[in-house]
Amino acid sequence: MTLDARTAAETAKHEGGLWVSESPGGKVSFWRILAERYAILFGFLVICAILAMLCPNFLSVANILNVLRQVSITGIMAIGATFVILTGGIDLSVGSVLALAGILAAGMQVVHEAGVFVSVLVPLIVTGLLGILVGLVITKCHVAPFIVTLGVMSVARGATLVYSKGYPISGLTREFRFIGGGLIGQIPIPVIIYALVAIAGSIVLSQTRFGRHVYAIGGNQEAARLSGVLVEKTKIIVYGISSLTAGLSGVILTSRLNSGEPVAGVGQELDVIASVVIGGTSLMGGEGGIFGTVIGSLLIGVLNNGLNLLNVSSFYQQIVKGLIIVAAVIFDQLRRRR
Amino acid sequence: MVRRIMLALVIGVLFVGLLGTGSLAAPKELTIGLSVPSLSFTWFSFLKGAVEAEARKLGNVKIITVDAENKTSKQMSDIEDLIVKKVDAVLLVPIEVKALIPAVEDLNRAKIPVATVDRRIEGSGLDILVHVGADNVEGGRQAARYIGKLLNGKGNVVEIEGTPGSSPARDRGKGFNEVLKNEFPNIKVVFRQPADFRRADGMNLMENIIQSGKDFDAVFAHNDDMILGALEALKARAGGKKVITMGFDAIEDALNAVEDGTLNGTIEQFPGKQAATALDILVEYLRTGKAPSSKTIWIQPKVITKANLDDAEKRLK
Repeated sequence: MTLDARTAAETAKHEGGLWVSESPGGKVSFWRILAERYAILFGFLVICAILAMLCPNFLSVANILNVLRQVSITGIMAIGATFVILTGGIDLSVGSVLALAGILAAGMQVVHEAGVFVSVLVPLIVTGLLGILVGLVITKCHVAPFIVTLGVMSVARGATLVYSKGYPISGLTREFRFIGGGLIGQIPIPVIIYALVAIAGSIVLSQTRFGRHVYAIGGNQEAARLSGVLVEKTKIIVYGISSLTAGLSGVILTSRLNSGEPVAGVGQELDVIASVVIGGTSLMGGEGGIFGTVIGSLLIGVLNNGLNLLNVSSFYQQIVKGLIIVAAVIFDQLRRRR
Repeated sequence: MVRRIMLALVIGVLFVGLLGTGSLAAPKELTIGLSVPSLSFTWFSFLKGAVEAEARKLGNVKIITVDAENKTSKQMSDIEDLIVKKVDAVLLVPIEVKALIPAVEDLNRAKIPVATVDRRIEGSGLDILVHVGADNVEGGRQAARYIGKLLNGKGNVVEIEGTPGSSPARDRGKGFNEVLKNEFPNIKVVFRQPADFRRADGMNLMENIIQSGKDFDAVFAHNDDMILGALEALKARAGGKKVITMGFDAIEDALNAVEDGTLNGTIEQFPGKQAATALDILVEYLRTGKAPSSKTIWIQPKVITKANLDDAEKRLK
């Protein structure tokens, strides 16, 4: 990274591009770019190959859809978190925000007997505003994102418990349950929502000025500021996006479970951050993108699914998961250095 | 009922006594600290409600509840805070049995009587007025016997475990597997996987197990939330046969599922009765100085099915 915001913006065009990519030296093949930038994809494919050999059902269409549906909850959150981490920030509140949105959606349905539209909209508005508030505190009061979002993690969890009195809220309407449980053709709706969010995120990052600003801030905040990037505004929007995706995941999860669960999402922020980092986005910011994050989420999802299918003992599962995640990132780093 | 009669007698005796002395002072107001692992779990919020209801029944008892948010370190400092507040007694539901020994020692030093509920703290030289609990191992045994009977002693079972290494997961699993091994040798556990006591994890796990294509006839989960999540996954399974399902804890959602026939049964540990009993003993000790006859009181767990739904403690509103 140079200290020049224009270069940062240039890089953004390369890093953020999901399917389209140009390089300074003219056209380079799509596969070559995949190989260079997303070495993690190969790690992911290797793990899939191993699992396919070990359990016969792993590659069945039903299981692939099943994994995608399970991944969509963390995956959607990870799309939002990618924006935050690209600016060099971090959002620890997403697990609690997911629970808050989920319990609000269930509360709207059961306590206030609201329709589907209101039940979805209210949690999204609340979480979106919460994210903007987080961004305001970070930028206007100059508090480290780690601290602000750690505080909000606690506040949102507390609010969830206050609202639900610690009890799950169950018994949702059939229409509302369609969001998490329905199918369009063969494809589960959460997977479709996940795909749409990923594509939207990718387009925003690679094709818009806002996306270039996100990369520029992560690359070098001062240089970005001097070259006219509205740093504060961009950051506020970024935390809004992160919170909003967590809220969306919460609504989908509640709909799938047919219940709002106060303990939902505890510790999930770590899975979300891991997905982003495994996908090659730097915790320092300025480098990475949505495609990698999607692969990172899939890797974690496939591991959970495979370890269940293989009936690996619960004590060993945690060891295996941790080792594979670290190994995947090391492998990625080695490929990049070459 | 018996307790009510006892209470009426006590009040009657007190009243007569008071009339005799000519003063009409009510018993001194007591403040009792209640420390629970985490109010985000239904089980503990239910327990808190039961303690508060019992306190209202006893009259002139104030309950201060502290929530450890599932962290042992926080439970330690919660207890220290209660000591500083000079509460009259502490009702403790420990997260972890060994780690809380120093907290009990502090209470002993401050001469504050303590009763434990649910999980038992064992250490030398500790002065615990009474422990009221349900035997999780016994609950696991009963679940296994119930499933064994329904399967006629033959079939494949899925066991959904709680958080690996936590004491309820250990004990419930221990009792369950012990009975299967000794009494039902033809029942095999084909999957034994954790779902961290959470609904979402229970659902994901069951979806994965369904994908494995392995056949199973019954599912036992270490708590109700996990079995309710698993039921969502089983419901969505196209053309699946009906499997026997069994939870643990008898939370309200599970009782509703038992009522409408989607869940076969759950295990009731009577948390409300456990906590209320412990509170009664504490209050009696504070007001009369009478210690309980036994240091441990076990409340027997019970299998709740459609046939005996009314035996379950319904959620307190």
